[in-house]
Amino acid sequence: MSIERFLNQALSSWMSAEGPESDIVLSSRVRLARNISNYRFPTLFSSEEAKEIIDKVYNSVKNKVFPGIGELELLIMDDLQPLQKRVLVEKHLISPNLVDHATHGAVLLSENEEISIMINEEDHFRIQCLYPGLQISEALKTANAIDDVIEEYLDYAFDEKIGYLTSCPTNVGTGLRASVMMHLPGLVLTQQINGIIPAINRLGLVVRGIYGEGSEALGNIFQVSNQITLGKSEEDIVTELQSVVNQLIAQERGARENLAKTSSIQLEDRVFRSYGILSNCRIIESKEAASCLSDVRLGIDMGYIKNISRNILNELMIITQPGFLQQYAGGPLRPNERDVRRATLIRERLKMEN
Amino acid sequence: MLCQECNERPATVHLTKIINGEKTILHLCDKCAHEKGEVFMMHGGAGFSINNLLAGLLNMESAFHTAQNTPFYQQSEPHCENCSMTYQQFVKIGHFGCPHCYEAFKDHLKPLLRRLHSGSLVHSGKIPKRMGGSIHIRKSIEELKLVLKEAVSKEEFEKAAEIRDQIKYLESQLDGYFQEGGN
Repeated sequence: MSIERFLNQALSSWMSAEGPESDIVLSSRVRLARNISNYRFPTLFSSEEAKEIIDKVYNSVKNKVFPGIGELELLIMDDLQPLQKRVLVEKHLISPNLVDHATHGAVLLSENEEISIMINEEDHFRIQCLYPGLQISEALKTANAIDDVIEEYLDYAFDEKIGYLTSCPTNVGTGLRASVMMHLPGLVLTQQINGIIPAINRLGLVVRGIYGEGSEALGNIFQVSNQITLGKSEEDIVTELQSVVNQLIAQERGARENLAKTSSIQLEDRVFRSYGILSNCRIIESKEAASCLSDVRLGIDMGYIKNISRNILNELMIITQPGFLQQYAGGPLRPNERDVRRATLIRERLKMEN
Repeated sequence: MLCQECNERPATVHLTKIINGEKTILHLCDKCAHEKGEVFMMHGGAGFSINNLLAGLLNMESAFHTAQNTPFYQQSEPHCENCSMTYQQFVKIGHFGCPHCYEAFKDHLKPLLRRLHSGSLVHSGKIPKRMGGSIHIRKSIEELKLVLKEAVSKEEFEKAAEIRDQIKYLESQLDGYFQEGGN
């Protein structure tokens, strides 16, 4: 497969498009957990119940054209190849849980992949809206609109006092999880991030690295999300998250300015070394790739590197994951073969820019 | 210091329990602590997840309850009538079996929800549109009452009177709902 064609098929709108503040905020995501009354949760439900739930959710959106979204297509997990499922996970359209643990899992996807409705994962269904850049309120608005349409057809499990009932009590209330993916190399390089994370945690928000194990953030990419779902309105949750994200953006910009002032040549050196590795490597593992991509992206944002588009970080972080690499290769790859394939893919992608 | 249980391995877990004012201190090794079920939140490593954490929180809850009450064989274990999930099962997996579980385990849930959601126990977000207009009206009345209180405290009596009229109007609508429902 040619790289152009592969990319055309591989990229979701949130990876390739630019959004507000997209020099720092890669994407914004909102998900609403919903359950249908009088059905057991996926923890206990029968195969019949599971199938009925897929039908019910699918019928409630079938043949509907959502403004700006279009129609939703139904994908049944059992019908997909393992590699196809893995790619959906790497694109953040479904969770690893849906692939590994769900019985009769399914997903409804919009064509631009901004909307996905996971069915029969932990809850009966979860509406997810994923936008590029900082657009949490917009994502909430869209998710709400879809929720309203589905609610016309389905009776929700809802309690007047504690709100939307979810399989896990950590989601009860609004069922809302809002999260923002941010690229924060400045705060990492200046080591400010170590002080910031605990401070944010105290506000009822969670910061974690994506793709990384534990606290280590691969590619300096962090995800900030709300933890509390009960007792606050959706708007309050989103506003609080937004205000923290705004502060993080300001801090990150400050850190970058500082770096440019105090250690410009060192930073430039670091950026171009990483660029050199990415454009010449023949074998590269994901950790090194992530760290170099982060440097290059910082170099682009700070004007050291010109004529490379910014979204290269979003794109390459996703498509150098194992599932994507194997799809690009057209078959399964052993880990060392992946590292070779990853290097090729990155070199070819960088060549496209020149 | 050696583990009190096995007297073989060094004690790495030191646990202070206070039950009904009676204090006991245990010094256990990792293995014995696990076997005794004294370690609630020390999963770590591969099995670590929100569910484990949650189960940990819940275990603390249930340890507390059973200690205070009669021996376990005399207790009827709380369970959900609809899906027959028992509270113990819920504690183990951290997920409910069906929406009715929330009602069935209501009394046990309050401390947990308070801990998970920083003290809040009452939903104040979106309400499904078809969920009967009465909930929406009741919510609006509650909100207006807050505004009324504020207006009164600021001595904005004209505004307060307006709000009071609005509340009265909504309350009359609410009565309407119940009459319709009764017929």
